[in-house]
Amino acid sequence: MKAGEPEEFIVDGRRLDGRKVDELRPLKIEAGVLKRADGSAYVEWGGNKVLAACYGPKEIHPRHEANPKRAVLRTYYSMAPFSVYERKRPGPDRRSMEISKVTRQALESVVFTHLYPMTAIDVFIEILQAQAGTRCAGITAASVALADAGIPMRDLVPACAAGKVGGHIVLDLFDIEDNYGEADLPVAIVPRTGEVCLMQMDGNLTQEEFEQAFELAVKGCMQVYEKQKEALKKAYEKRGEEQ
Amino acid sequence: MNQDIIADIKRDHVIKLLNEGRRVDGRGFDEYREVSVEVGVNQRAEGSALVRLGGTRVMVGVKLAVGMPFPDMPDSGVLTTNAELIPLASPSFERGPPDEDTVELARVVDRAIRESGCIELEKLCIEEGELVWIVFIDLHPLDYDGNLFDACTLGAIAALKNTCMPKLEDGKVDYKTRTEEKLPVRDTPVEVTYCKIGGHILLDPCLEEEEVLDARLTVGYNEKGEIVAMQKGGSGTFTREEIVDIVRKGREKAEFLRQKIPG
Repeated sequence: MKAGEPEEFIVDGRRLDGRKVDELRPLKIEAGVLKRADGSAYVEWGGNKVLAACYGPKEIHPRHEANPKRAVLRTYYSMAPFSVYERKRPGPDRRSMEISKVTRQALESVVFTHLYPMTAIDVFIEILQAQAGTRCAGITAASVALADAGIPMRDLVPACAAGKVGGHIVLDLFDIEDNYGEADLPVAIVPRTGEVCLMQMDGNLTQEEFEQAFELAVKGCMQVYEKQKEALKKAYEKRGEEQ
Repeated sequence: MNQDIIADIKRDHVIKLLNEGRRVDGRGFDEYREVSVEVGVNQRAEGSALVRLGGTRVMVGVKLAVGMPFPDMPDSGVLTTNAELIPLASPSFERGPPDEDTVELARVVDRAIRESGCIELEKLCIEEGELVWIVFIDLHPLDYDGNLFDACTLGAIAALKNTCMPKLEDGKVDYKTRTEEKLPVRDTPVEVTYCKIGGHILLDPCLEEEEVLDARLTVGYNEKGEIVAMQKGGSGTFTREEIVDIVRKGREKAEFLRQKIPG
């Protein structure tokens, strides 16, 4: 047992933060929150606070990265030094490089990049405060930011993790569950088709547990999807009123 | 621009063959290329392995050092996995600091090794809070012909199982004197990669397939067949059914790879 590990993760059907096993943390999404970005989104998801900004399509630098057939989508996941308990050294590390890559690939599956050859579309994700599940919060925010920028897409990309803690399959792990739990399975989907565009796992799951967690994560994604759409509608309503 | 057009032509070619039920190298859709694992291939490393997976060749070296434990795990050894995609191994690899593909490879291999708990890190404590063994796994592809994930994970676990502890004297490592004592390893995790091209699901993509794939899924299994690591790659998608199916049938392929480890 690791130091600080709770003896029980679920007491009387409730998790340590009071949630049921299949319940998301409180989720709030707002679109169009930044002035300078072409599109942006802010996500508060439990103790996670995440900003995403989209710039583009725009001229690409360095020029040799240009693709004559499609826009180059570039994603940057970054954690603020004060976003975690122990100060994180600023700048990209190995973890954020990997997350940037899987985030980009998840979003590439929906963005119509072929409409903007020779350009770049940049998406910046900044984790301001972290409580586990930041890659899912980041992807969720990023796809809203892309949509807010008016980039044509097949669909939004909601993401959500499921996992295993104290022998139970649960939705949307928060930090204690993530640190001491047995498995974490982040998933992102294309809701209209049900396809999976991001999937990672670490920990230990049997086939049955995996299938159960996978289904739960997909259900979680669908709930996130509703919030994403609401956020976009609200942003457009507001813009309509202002005009 | 030329490269892009060539890639499109290659992709069309690969898919055209797949539609006829054939792969570019003549394999079945659910078939690995020839796999071989040699261990103890490097006398300077505490453990080593050379894996051949079709035309892909990877050397993995395990080095041991002593150092401080992590503050939150004072009585546990430390595991570090590193990959280097040296330009010797492929015209597409470049010199310089590790790029995202290098980092992803190291982290995905590390995930299976770490999450399976195959190294008994708690046995690698020399003095609690002060001194522990640090296990360095270095993944060193020599010839890149696709599917580095499976080749490197197989090489890593084979090298770990081949590792002997060096002699320790007064908190210093004597690398020239190797003991009979083996590194404590209790499980044999391996990773199995499938890819999707034009709607076809294929095991163990070779280079030509890897260059044109839509999506790939790597799954790590322990000896019991439990899932210990996963990573989806590529800009394409899988359906849920495809994923569940891949995870199921990969288990038997994992056992196939495991059998290739000598000893």
